[in-house]
Amino acid sequence: MIKNRREFYQKLGFALLRLSLGMVILILVIIFIDIISKGSGIISWKFLTQAPREGMTEGGIFPAIVGTFYVTLITAFVAVPLGMGCAIYLNEYAYAGKLTRIIRMAIRNLSGVPSIVYGLFGVALFVEMLNFGTGILAAGLTLGLMTLPWTITASEEALKSVPKSYREGSLALGATKWQAIRTNVLPYAVPGMLTGTILGLSRAAGETAPILFTGAAFFLPDLPKSLSDQFMALPYHLYIMATQHHDIEGVRPIAYGTALVLIVFVFLMNLTGVIVRYRLRKAKKE
Amino acid sequence: MHKHKIKEKVIYCFFLFNGLVVILALIGIFILLLKNALPAFKDIKVGEFLFSANWNPTSYYKEVYGILAMVVSTFIVTLGALVIAVPLGIGTAAYLSDVASPRVREIAKPVVEMLAGIPSVVIGFLGIVLVGPMVAKLTGAYNGLNALNGSVLLAVMALPTIISLSEDALVSVPKSFHEASLALGANRWQTLIFVRIPAASSGILAACMLGMGRAIGETMTVLMATGNAPAMPESFTDSIRTMTATIAIELGEVAYNTTHYYALFVIGLVLFIITFIINMVADIVLENYKKKTSY
Amino acid sequence: MKMMKYLAMAAAALLFAGGPGRAEMLQIKGSDTLINLVQRLSEAYMQKNPGQKIAVTGGGSGTGIAALVNGKCDIANASRLMKKNEVAQAGAAGIDPVQVVVAVDGLSLIVNANNGVDGLTMDQIGKIYRGEVKNWSQVGGRDMPITLYGRQSNSGTYDFMMEVVLKGDYSPKMNQMNGNAQIVAAIKNDPSGIGYVGVSYVKDASGIKVLKVAQNVNAVYASPLNIDEVNSGVYPVSRPLNQYLSADASQAVRDFIAFELSPEGQRIVEEEGFFALPQAYKDYNKKSGF
Repeated sequence: MIKNRREFYQKLGFALLRLSLGMVILILVIIFIDIISKGSGIISWKFLTQAPREGMTEGGIFPAIVGTFYVTLITAFVAVPLGMGCAIYLNEYAYAGKLTRIIRMAIRNLSGVPSIVYGLFGVALFVEMLNFGTGILAAGLTLGLMTLPWTITASEEALKSVPKSYREGSLALGATKWQAIRTNVLPYAVPGMLTGTILGLSRAAGETAPILFTGAAFFLPDLPKSLSDQFMALPYHLYIMATQHHDIEGVRPIAYGTALVLIVFVFLMNLTGVIVRYRLRKAKKE
Repeated sequence: MHKHKIKEKVIYCFFLFNGLVVILALIGIFILLLKNALPAFKDIKVGEFLFSANWNPTSYYKEVYGILAMVVSTFIVTLGALVIAVPLGIGTAAYLSDVASPRVREIAKPVVEMLAGIPSVVIGFLGIVLVGPMVAKLTGAYNGLNALNGSVLLAVMALPTIISLSEDALVSVPKSFHEASLALGANRWQTLIFVRIPAASSGILAACMLGMGRAIGETMTVLMATGNAPAMPESFTDSIRTMTATIAIELGEVAYNTTHYYALFVIGLVLFIITFIINMVADIVLENYKKKTSY
Repeated sequence: MKMMKYLAMAAAALLFAGGPGRAEMLQIKGSDTLINLVQRLSEAYMQKNPGQKIAVTGGGSGTGIAALVNGKCDIANASRLMKKNEVAQAGAAGIDPVQVVVAVDGLSLIVNANNGVDGLTMDQIGKIYRGEVKNWSQVGGRDMPITLYGRQSNSGTYDFMMEVVLKGDYSPKMNQMNGNAQIVAAIKNDPSGIGYVGVSYVKDASGIKVLKVAQNVNAVYASPLNIDEVNSGVYPVSRPLNQYLSADASQAVRDFIAFELSPEGQRIVEEEGFFALPQAYKDYNKKSGF
């Protein structure tokens, strides 16, 4: 009897846990179904390659796609080399001391800083103090800084996947530390570092708050031509289409289409990162 | 040989510099926020700023800067999010670590990662078109743009953090605990509830704190989906305006270097300090947990 | 490493492709009430003058004026007049702002189509938005609490209502929506709601009712949809929509504004749901040199 009751509680408990997971999956499924079912109708070659027309009630979202691409490029410029450098320092050079602890603490804290605070910082430093004005450069640098903690973590993971023996072998043959890193660590780690950082960049591509005041524009007739030009961006475009356009109900299909393109954009980047990481982990195990 | 040594030293310094950049960035953010925030207090009394619930920089009469209502709003919407996300998150984590077959885990991991990858502006958009109307129907309100709507959406955003970190905590509970419990005749459910979750509790706590930090700092979702009424909220069906939304709404309008501009940086500074404290505490809790489980 | 090289090349291309192109682009920034109109005007102007590029961005009247003061745009769209401190800031920055009226807006008060109330006085509207009147039954409607919808403080519409109608502070319970259209959408679903939006947003909207407004209880209740009542001033909440430019603005800027004020430009103004300029404002603009 008692045993049965225990069994019953276990069954009930596990069922509840299973339900939790079911709910989480359900949330994702609902999000996808809603956006795909209402967004895919408008997606066409024209939607992807044309500029908005007629007060953004017609046409496509091409400038927003290009703008997001450009900004992500600048973000990569800041976050990838710095992130790789920091990861190399932490994984190859640093000793387990106070400085290392502080650096790791700083990384975790940076990743917890709210995105709107990065926006404030971007306005104060890049737009105001360094006088870059609002544009691709200011927005990209702001996002780059925000992405840094993620690219560091991703790069470290790639470095860790290179077996210790590779380094030791090289050092034993009389190579200097840098030579060992350059010839026996980096060649194996760099592809993983680069693609791993794409995960971080994909998040930056979807961010809105940091670019609100550092360069995103409501509507521009032309693609940006220089780093100091303002730009349209997918997440910002979705924001205005959902809340600020003069006919938000009329442009709802465009908003859904933009949301779909944004999600696909982010997930394509994500997928690349995940696949590469999966391969790395597998390689490490072997 | 000597030349080599110098070169090595230079390279070392280069990478050290890269490592130091993160510290510089963190300190830089703090200093710049502080530098732009302090001038606000030339015109605003600190006491009024912290304890007045009235924020009206464009008042017809006299500008007032009090952040109490938006701090309370931020915490209310976060609290609501945690009430939803914590049980759901820990339950999912426990299922993945203790019950699920490897195949289910293979499916669940990418699901959680994909959830984390959905941009906040998309969640906010769904708050307007999908969740908001549902919230309105459920609560009988005419308008779903309120704190409850924000809480539901923020829960979705905090879930991935809570799930993956809680799962990490559960997985790292030493096997011996588990085996001892089973040997004493407990079944798997009892072991999970009375042995494994308590053993992982500090790790799970840290996970929830980081999820909370995420919710407090989230901007676009609450900006789009909570109605942004600046009044002190009285219930979950009230429209609210958080600290993050206030910055997002007003930073675009202010002329640079005015009291209003500086006041927005003070809000930013307060947000920075709150999230910093949460992260630090979570960090310490997690550090201790790792020490405890690494035997 | 190869990837880095490509990245570097792409960025360099971005950096240098710009060059002189930038100075030719006119930057117009500001009021959300004006953004759709000015964007239409700029589209039409660019079609006629393919060499000229115009970028129109929003953010609110305050944003536009701040940008003009900071030298970040050529024309600021403003659905209100510049405030004293903004004029002072412009002076300090060495900019002499010139005001041009491009269209007239009848600010419309809207309620749900099922609301029994048809008209309100200015006094009643003020009391409602200040939070002093909280139930529709107090202004002749059903017994139902009033839900307030308005704009955010960066909007000129927000300022205009406050200065002209409220003459006091908004109730903090007011839902502060991101844009005019969001208010219309909310009112459609909310039988208890009241909102204010530019007249162009209500012309074709369904599910809402545009209230008639009277200066006081003894005056005529007039509609913002009636051009005569707006132009004659019987409708009490109409306002000029302005653009500000610097006194030393380039010929390109002046040419665009001249186009906006031309019969062709004014026809677009009407198509977009605003009112073309009456003679009084045309004379007013002459003083600014247009």
